[in-house]
This record gives sequence, C-alpha cells and structure tokens, in this order.
Amino acid sequence: MSTSLATVSYIGATILFILSLGGLSNQETSRRGNLYGMIGMALAVLATVFGPQVSSSGYAWIIGAMLVGGSIGLYAARTVQMTQMPELVALMHSMVGLAAMLVGYATFIDPQASAGFTGAAKSIHEMEIYIGVFIGAVTFSGSIIAFGKLSGRIGGSPLLLPGRHWMNLAGLLVVIWFARAFLNAHSIEDAMLPITVMTVIALLFGIHMVMAIGGADMPVVVSMLNSYSGWAAAATGFMLSNDLLIVVGALVGSSGAILSYIMCNAMNRSFISVIAGGFGTTSVAKKPAGDAAQPVGEVSPVHATETAELLREAKNVVIVPGYGMAVAQAQHTVFEITKHLREKGVNVRFGIHPVAGRMPGHMNVLLAEAKVPYDIVFEMDELNEDFPDTDVAMVIGANDIVNPAAQDDPTSPIAGMPVLEVWKAKTSIVMKRSMASGYAGVDNPLFYKDNNRMLFGDAKKMLDEVLTALKA
Amino acid sequence: MQTGVSTGTTTGTPPVTTAPKMAQRIGVPKEIFPGEKRVATVPEVVEKLIKLGFLVSVESGAGDAANMSDEAYRTVGATVVPDAAQLWASADIVFKVRGPTPDEVAQMREGCTLISFIWPAQNPELMRQFAAKNVTVLAIDALPRMLSRAQKMDALTSMAGVTGYRAVIEAANAFGRFFNGQITAAGKVPPAKVFIAGAGVAGLAAIGTAAGLGAIVRANDTRAEVADQVTSLGGEFVKVEYEEEGGGGGGYAKVMSEGFQQAQRAMYAKQAKEVDIIITTALIPGKPAPKLITAEMVRSMKPGSVIVDMAAEQGGNCELTEPGQAVVKHGVTIVGYTDLASRLSKQSSTLYATNLFRLSEELCKTKDGVINVNMEDDAIRGLTVVKQGSITWPAPAPKLPAAPAAVAKPAAAPAAKKGHGHGGSGEPMAGNKLAIMFGVSAALFWFVGANAPAAFLAHFTVFVLACFVGYMVVWNVKPALHTPLMSVTNAISSIIAIGALVQIAPPFAEVVNRPEGWIRGLAAAGIVLTAINMFGGFAVTQRMLAMFRK
Repeated sequence: MSTSLATVSYIGATILFILSLGGLSNQETSRRGNLYGMIGMALAVLATVFGPQVSSSGYAWIIGAMLVGGSIGLYAARTVQMTQMPELVALMHSMVGLAAMLVGYATFIDPQASAGFTGAAKSIHEMEIYIGVFIGAVTFSGSIIAFGKLSGRIGGSPLLLPGRHWMNLAGLLVVIWFARAFLNAHSIEDAMLPITVMTVIALLFGIHMVMAIGGADMPVVVSMLNSYSGWAAAATGFMLSNDLLIVVGALVGSSGAILSYIMCNAMNRSFISVIAGGFGTTSVAKKPAGDAAQPVGEVSPVHATETAELLREAKNVVIVPGYGMAVAQAQHTVFEITKHLREKGVNVRFGIHPVAGRMPGHMNVLLAEAKVPYDIVFEMDELNEDFPDTDVAMVIGANDIVNPAAQDDPTSPIAGMPVLEVWKAKTSIVMKRSMASGYAGVDNPLFYKDNNRMLFGDAKKMLDEVLTALKA
Repeated sequence: MQTGVSTGTTTGTPPVTTAPKMAQRIGVPKEIFPGEKRVATVPEVVEKLIKLGFLVSVESGAGDAANMSDEAYRTVGATVVPDAAQLWASADIVFKVRGPTPDEVAQMREGCTLISFIWPAQNPELMRQFAAKNVTVLAIDALPRMLSRAQKMDALTSMAGVTGYRAVIEAANAFGRFFNGQITAAGKVPPAKVFIAGAGVAGLAAIGTAAGLGAIVRANDTRAEVADQVTSLGGEFVKVEYEEEGGGGGGYAKVMSEGFQQAQRAMYAKQAKEVDIIITTALIPGKPAPKLITAEMVRSMKPGSVIVDMAAEQGGNCELTEPGQAVVKHGVTIVGYTDLASRLSKQSSTLYATNLFRLSEELCKTKDGVINVNMEDDAIRGLTVVKQGSITWPAPAPKLPAAPAAVAKPAAAPAAKKGHGHGGSGEPMAGNKLAIMFGVSAALFWFVGANAPAAFLAHFTVFVLACFVGYMVVWNVKPALHTPLMSVTNAISSIIAIGALVQIAPPFAEVVNRPEGWIRGLAAAGIVLTAINMFGGFAVTQRMLAMFRK
C-alpha cells in the first residue's frame, strides 16, 4: 500500500471515529456508532500494517501481540459484571497510559526516529517525547489507583499528605528542570537519566493525585483519566508526526474533558477543587459548625411490608438509585418491582442524578442491564418538578444526591449542589444500611422529615422482601 | 422582585406603574352569564391567596350557586362586597370564569389585570375593548399546554375532566338501565355499552367514569397514540381501518382526509348499531365541531339509547343535537347541554380556583401580594393576551428548552456553546472572562507561531480543529450514554497501537546503533496492551448498548 493510500485510509478512519462519537448521542443510533468505531479502528490498523511504515518482517510479531491482547480483552469484556464497569474502564485507561509510555520510550531510544530533525524541530520533537511519556505515566499510575479504589482494593477515603500542594509543585519544578537537561543532552545515554527521573515523578504524581480524591468524586476522576488517555494518544501522534493519532487523541481528550466538566457542574464544584482534594477535608474541618445545625426530628423506620403497602397505593412512583444499589446488585429486583407496579397501572419512573454511582452514566447502564426500558429513566432536571405530584419517592442506596441541606443550608459542604428533591414527594422512603452519612460526610436532614420513612437493611434483601410482600 | 423591573421586553411596553410593596387586591365578581353556577375562587383557595400576600374581595352571593356562602368567604379572611360595581372599582386583579360582557369591561379599572377564560380567537371585539381600556388580560385558555410546568394551571384540562364525568352522569340519568351487568334473582342484566368519540381529557374522564360504573366502554380518537391511555382507563380502543396520523400539534387533533373520514363514518355507523350510549367530544381548535353522528346513525340506534354531545357549544358532533337542551328524536335522547361543568359547580369551581391559585403563585414568586407579568416566562407569555392595552395575542411558539441563549453578545457569538441542558452551560460566558480567554489563547498562538517550524504547525492545526470537533460532537451525547461513551472513547484511544505498529519493524532496517531488540520488545508490549483495550473496549460497549431498550 502506498503512502497516499494509507493517508486516505487514515482520513476515512478519522471520519468513522467522529461518526462513532456522534452516533452515541442517543440510544437508537448508539449501536451503529460503536460499529463505526470498530470499522474505523480496523481500517486504521490495517492501513498501518500494510502501509509503508511496517515491513513484512514484523507481521508475526504484530499478529502474535494482537492475538494475545485481543483474547484477553474479549475475555474481560465478556465476563465483567455491569457493576464493575467503572473498574474496567479505569483499568483500560491505565493500559492506554502504559502503552503511550512504552511507545514514547521506544521512540526515544530509536535514533532513526529523530534523524533528520535539526534546530527547533529537534527540540520540539524531544519535547513531544518528554511530554508524551509524562502524560502516559500520569495516566497509567493514576488509573491503576483509580482502579484500586473503585474495586475496593484501596480504601475510598482521600489520602491527604501534609503539604501535598507543595509536593506537587516541587515535583512539577523538578520535571521542568529535567526537561532542560533532557533537551540539552547530546546522546541517548545522557538523556536517559532525566527522562527516567521524570517518569518516576510522573508516576508518583499520578498516584498522589488520585489517592487524594474521595470516593464521591470518582466520576470526575474516571472521566478525567479518560481525557488524559486521549491527550496521551495525541502527544504520541505529535511524537510520531501522525495526524490520525493527533485527531483521535484530541477527540477522546476533549470528550473526557467535557464529561469531567459536566460531572463537576452536577456537583457544583470547580474542577480544581475536585482535583485538589476530596470532600473529606472540608467536612472534617467544618464538623463543629455542622453540629450546631444538627437536623431535628424523629427518624421513622418502616418494614418491607409497609413499604410494599405504600407502593401499592401509589399512582406515581419515582425511584432514585445510587451507588448502594450497585453495591448490593439490586438492579434486577428493582426491575421486578417496577414491572409488577407497572402492570398494576402505577406510573413508575427513575430519577438519575448525574453523579450517582462511580462513573458518568453508571446507573443508566445498570438499569439497562436489568432491562428497565430507557424511556422511563429520566435525568434530574426532567424529573425535579414532578416530585410534588409523586406519591412515593424511593431512594435506594443514595444519600448526598437527595440531601435537602444542599438547598437549605448555606454552610453545608455540599451547599449549591443540585439534588433530586425527593422530600417534596408525598412520602419518601430511603433504603439504607444504617444512619451513616454519605461520602460527603454530611448528615442528611431528609431522614428526619415527617414524610420520610427509613427502610434499614441491605438493599437487595430489603427489595426482595418488598417484592414478596407486593406479590402477596 | 420589584414590579419596576418587570418590563415585558418582547413588547417594549413601559414598566408596570403599580406602587411597589402595596399588596394588590384580588376581586371575584358573581358570574352573570345565565345559568353559570361556577365561581372563580373558593374559600380554601382564598386562604392560600392571602398567604401569598394578596387581599381578596368577593361579591356578595358569588359562591351561592356553588354552595359557598358569603359567610364561608368571610371566615377565611375575604372582604365581601355588596355589589359588582364596588368590586370592579376596588380590584387590582379580577378572577372570573366566563369572559366579561361589554358591560363588565366598562366597569374595569384602568391598569387592572383580568384572569379568565377569554377565547381571544372567537372574541376579537372583546379584545379590542380590553385594549381600549388599557388593561392586562391573561386568558387561561391560551395557556401553552405542552409545557409540563404549566399543567398545574391548566384550567381547560380540569374543566374538561369535570365535563367528561358529568356527561356520563347525564347519560346514566337519561338511560333506562343499569350500567353494570348483574345477575339477580329477577334475571340477568346485560352491561351497558358505551362508545366515546374523542379521547381528549374530557373523553378520558368519561371513559374512566363509565368504566367505573361498570359499563363496557369503547373509544376512538384520530390520534392513534392515545390508545394506551384509553386502555389504561379500562376502555377498549376502536381503530379506524385507515392509515393516517391525526396529531395536529399542541395535543389537539386535526382535520383528516376524505378517505379517512369515510372509514371513520363506517366505523361510527357500526358502533351506533351496537352500543346503548354514545358520548362525543370531538373538537378541532378554531373549527366547528366535526359532524360524526348523522341522523341516519341516530335512527339505527336502539330505542332508549342516549347520545351526550359534549361539543354542542361548537355546533355538536351529532347532526340532531340542539345546543343547551336534551331532546328525544327517533327514540334516542340527545343531550346537548353546554354547561356540563357548571352543573357540577362546586367541583369545577374548586378545581378552577386551584388552577388560578397556581397561576398566582407563578405571577407572584416573591409572595408579597404583587403580581409580575413576566413576559420572559413561556407560560405567562402564552397566557397574556393583552398587556397594558396592547394586544399580545397570539404568543410566539414557546421556546424549546434547548434553544440557545437569546441575547448573545456579539463578541460571544462565535463561542456560543450548544446549549444542551447540562447545567448552565448554554449561557454565554461573561464578557470580561471571554476577553481574558481570547487574550490568553491569542498569546499562546502567537508564541507557537513565532517559534515552531512549519511541520509542527500543520500537526498543531489538526490538533486544535480536532479538539473542537470532539467538543461539538460530545456535547450532544445524552447523560444516559456517558458510560458507553467513555468505554468507546477508551477503545478508540487504543489507536495508540499505530504508534507501536510503526515501530515494530520499520522498513529502513540496518541503521547503525538501533537497539532493535529493545524497541521491538517495547512496541510488542504496547501492541498487547492496546489490543486488550481495543477488543475489550469495543466488545464491552457493544454488550452495554445491546442492553438499552425501550
């Protein structure tokens, strides 16, 4: 295949990728979007393999590596539980990061790659390698930590080292200083030290950054790492003068950045404050003030049978799922209940907070897995006005996203965060394991409201009991 | 909000000149239309209006016909005014049910606000009188019904519900048999068969009521999408065997083609022969009611059958209807009452009063007893047919929620984002912030342009443009699909494989010093990693997307 043909194939692949992202904008076209993505990827890979830059001696290596990686990937995709999606996505981001790092190193030690560059062009090429490896390393270690946190291998609470901002700043300065050394180095051997030191710092930086972020902020982190993996690809593209990599990297990078922005908006927090550290710090510091505003009132616990009774008599029911539903794997029972109620003519809808769960859209995927039709699943803004007409609002394993303090109490750490106004429903039922506070560490005045009932216990077990009672 | 800043910018009228902070008085006159028994507010609602900060006056005897005494109004804090003249003279806001007569318009105070049924399209003369009088008029019938927020104020719907219920009661009254089937010691009684033409709000209420009484209910509507609603209320949807879609926008029906009408007539003729009771409620906005039931069909009905024609006021759906009366023709009682809602005056007054209260809440968000006719608000804009003497009817089509910000500053125009319901992202950035952004990017671009070689710039161009494309494309993604989006972008980012591919065996071999083994190892590892991502990412996305279903 000639160079021109390969280039044209790249353009085709680029278009397919853009169509792929565009296709995901709604459910009807999303499957086609994914298909475009696959075709685009196949086109790009084939054009490269049969293009002028790969000689036939590499085919065996390529096929072998593809087979190994491909089968691992397909196996993982087939066996992963939908509740584990956030972990899987985080793990995959780490692979992109690591790959970017490896490619960066390979380019770095390849004298052929930098041959023909002189002056400014050479500096820029070296900078590209340096930055590419840096982003790759941060993405890699950050994603590994995110994976650990999401899968529960590492505790979810933020790790806050003293003077952490200064540590980050110092790390950054060292990285910049070694960048100079790297650019001035005359041989690959000379440059090896700066780039290695930088890689270590970048890895530590990624670990530190994600360790400092609390569990509730995970959706932002996951989408941010998604963005990083894109930038890593773009940097690799600059490094190799490959426009396809640049375009696709930029597409992925900006899409991740937008998602992070949307997630931050949904929590009414600035991107910087999420990155700078978890909710934990602020709420601990504010605890004394929080005590003064202790919600007053009685908590009224109910049993599964009474819950079933309330649901049976309701005309309009809104279910608000949260991370607790994912943990308890309760989505299938939720759907059974929904189906039962809908057959009885009850209008059941789902209200999804943008940051419910551990990654953007997490709840939607779980509900879809349980076969809940997507036209009864609504976003927060679509549903909030309807709560006054709702008979029963059932909150399953969510806390902060239904906390009225976000609207009523300006001193609350979550003040101003948009929340689902379940307390406006005639009755709200909160399903929770205990009275413990959510990730934000804030007490929830909702639990003490007159029209609120608490159903304590494991979400799955309680819902099973509710279902049995409903069918009885 | 001060009334002084409440200018309706779309009409360019001067600000409301009511003195700020003076609680306004709501006046409720007695309805003078013959036979009208409803009243525009009821004691329970008066209480709530007073809580909003308003003063309330009620004309003596206004609620009598709806079983609400002057005393009841007085107890909850309303002033009872002995005659209409005094009431009109003192009220800043007037609540009415029927549109005012010319006589009543003459009594209106200049600058006051009237909230009532108006039907501006049918009453151009009335509109001119309002304009001459320099008043503000909110026609409750002009409410944009498609706004979900407006539903609580939708008096047409609440009145239609009452009408539908009453229509069935009238039919039961005129019908000589039980509605429900019974097996008694005195023999078997078959259930009544009821056919309801038109499944709007009134039709649906009628379906529910008739089904509740035990009748077998069938219904038809030109809009096929209401079939589910009919079924949900216990009716059976009868289809017209003809393909045509009848939704005319705004939740109303439209005029259908000749072929369809023929098929429809055949269906009605068949139903007329079978059923005992026909209730019709077919209306097309701004047109006389369609004649669905011909004299021929009436003749074919069983003696003792009943037709209730809810469209009598617009000429009737039955050819033999006499508006306002119940007549017996060919042995069939044809009820053409035009005041069905008024015949259930207590219920309809209560609902109507609540609708008006909800509207008052929207008008007086500050709860200080002063209304603000905010023309920026889609619901209120739609309702307002006359604003301080200038006719503002018909309102422009309501803005879609996703419409871009209306007043973008010229500088902001190129950067105007696609508003998409993601928080406040649809609003343009503040001017100074934008200027800083542009400044910083300009400096950055200058720096790059001054220092970088041409080859780099070509890549840079591609990079910047691709960022924008990504931005535009991803804004349109629904939040429900964020997880699949992430996993697909993740899969796509394994395009980095190309980087590894070109390194594994470049054609220019035998270069001095190339650490072949190392590079190949790194590249192969890179390919394995990206392949995991590539195959795994696409496969898992496919799995997820396959789960999304309606």
